[in-house]
Amino acid sequence: MATLELQGLRKSFGETEVLRRIDLTLADGEMLVIVGASGCGKSTLLRLVAGLESPTEGRILLDGTDVAARDPAERDIAMVFQNYALYPHMTVFDNMAYGLRIRGLSRDAIRQRVDEAAGLLGLGELLQRKPRQLSGGQRQRVAMGRAIVREPKLFLFDEPLSNLDAKLRVQMRAEIRRLQRRLGVTSLYVTHDQVEAMTLGDRLLVLHNGHPAQLATPIEVFEQPADTYVAGFIGAPAMNFLDATLTESGRAARLAVGPVLRFPDGPRPGPEGRRLTIGIRPEHLALAAQGLPLAVELVEPLGSESLIHGHLQGGVPLVVKHPGHAPGGETVQVALLPEHMHVFDHETGRRLPPIGAETGAPRLVAAGSDQ
Amino acid sequence: MKRGPDYVTHAVLILGVLLFALPVWLILAGATQDSDAIARGELSLLPDPSGLGIYARVLFAGAPGSQPVWHMLLVSTGMALAIAVGKIVISVLSAYAVVFFRFPFRQLAFWAIFITLMLPVEVRIIPTYAVMAGFGLINTFTGLWLPLIASATATLLFRQVFTAIPDELVEAARMDGAGPLRFLRDIALPVSAANVAALFVILFVYGWNQYLWPLLVATDPRLDTIVIGIVKLIGVENQTDWGAVMATATLALVPPVIVVLLMQRWFVAGLTEGEK
Repeated sequence: MATLELQGLRKSFGETEVLRRIDLTLADGEMLVIVGASGCGKSTLLRLVAGLESPTEGRILLDGTDVAARDPAERDIAMVFQNYALYPHMTVFDNMAYGLRIRGLSRDAIRQRVDEAAGLLGLGELLQRKPRQLSGGQRQRVAMGRAIVREPKLFLFDEPLSNLDAKLRVQMRAEIRRLQRRLGVTSLYVTHDQVEAMTLGDRLLVLHNGHPAQLATPIEVFEQPADTYVAGFIGAPAMNFLDATLTESGRAARLAVGPVLRFPDGPRPGPEGRRLTIGIRPEHLALAAQGLPLAVELVEPLGSESLIHGHLQGGVPLVVKHPGHAPGGETVQVALLPEHMHVFDHETGRRLPPIGAETGAPRLVAAGSDQ
Repeated sequence: MKRGPDYVTHAVLILGVLLFALPVWLILAGATQDSDAIARGELSLLPDPSGLGIYARVLFAGAPGSQPVWHMLLVSTGMALAIAVGKIVISVLSAYAVVFFRFPFRQLAFWAIFITLMLPVEVRIIPTYAVMAGFGLINTFTGLWLPLIASATATLLFRQVFTAIPDELVEAARMDGAGPLRFLRDIALPVSAANVAALFVILFVYGWNQYLWPLLVATDPRLDTIVIGIVKLIGVENQTDWGAVMATATLALVPPVIVVLLMQRWFVAGLTEGEK
């Protein structure tokens, strides 16, 4: 149980900069999920903390002590790998006990800890099996067990659920969360799966090309995405983006496809005609008697709802999530609900909060400097 | 898809077995027969039960003027074991270094090993002899096996085996606190046990079949390997005791066959236990 602090962490491989300045503080017992597309540097970040890579620059403070120069084994950190990385020739018991044996724990202490972890994870019956005799979910549990018995200061999870089938993933997701809460171990969890990210984390760090795009609670990331990348990444199906310009002295946006939408939460800064990107999630679009005509290309019935893919005039693609069954016909009318729209600057992709709002203030200066 | 017995397949297989087994059977049976009859080319396919004593005779007493076969078998076994074990130890360590460690001239070291593959043993046999003579190892048991235990082939093979070990496994062991030697002993070697077993069989047979080097380095009859012994038995045409030659040759087959049989079980177990 510990706090983790990353200060100005950078990592480059040769010329390629993989992580550019990550600052991060994890409270004791907090679970932070790092999410991003593949290649965004999230795994590298985890490996830096684990000690499997050394940072180009920056400090890694575990409980206030800089561990950046230490060997992985000396950091008191346990990691759960994507492919579990179980030792194939060892039994489940030996897999969990191996690290403890190296640490020189007594036989009794090892047995006690392994039995305890096995009980916690429901592995009691399987201790004498080899990994190949286990199902995917059981292997996953053993990998967790191996981390737990170490009683580390920090847990690292590197996409631990991505090799499981969908049903098991949901089950293990809840199990990991329960376990982490119960043990109260500070954790970093890397995933590319946004559902995992939303459900598991106390906070989310969205990484984009090595930049921290946003660090906030899952709900905040969902409701107030910091830029178009985050907005498009979090939420499924992805947010729709429409080109627009600022109009009515900053109080409304004129969409390129026609209508003018008034901002319900206040005016945006910038001159008349400033280029904007308006984001609206598919669930915030409604089929209406009168609205924008959408040429339907594909309807995906999901049972409780339907996804309608189509394009507006001028070929702008749009996805609508419609509760219940989609009506037939080649064209439907779509109404935009202004209260749910997100306003971004077109050039920088940054969120454009109403004048006077606090969120994202430093970025607003940067985004507004082109006025 | 159950059909009747596949006669053609079985016929081909039986033919193949006969093709391999017949020569062995021939010396097995020939050893028991009268030497003169063999020399005249009158070799019967049926063993002569009264001549079975020849096996005991060559095994314990040896043919006139040569070591008893048990002694030569002992020398050969010792030499083949030393070569196989030595080659495995050296190539495991060098492959381990090349795969898991970053050090200056790593690639150079690897290529230097690789290039020695191209050199046949015969090319370096004179300098090797000179070096052994310098160490005073001529006519010693150590001299028989020592120069033969470096192996580029085995190093390459273990390099491939170690490269196939998933990075995550290496990292998991690092997180668990396993140092390099511990990782080698606890994880890298057990994971590649099947390859070690397979290579051991190949290298044992390689060592067993060595002829040129033992012939050069050891003139003392007490260091005669079984292969040398067989050749020495074949003297001038009409004086050769073909029965003894065949009996010795048959006995020379036994240790490699035992090794293959023992290791095969291990080897299969290793193959089925490995996860990847």
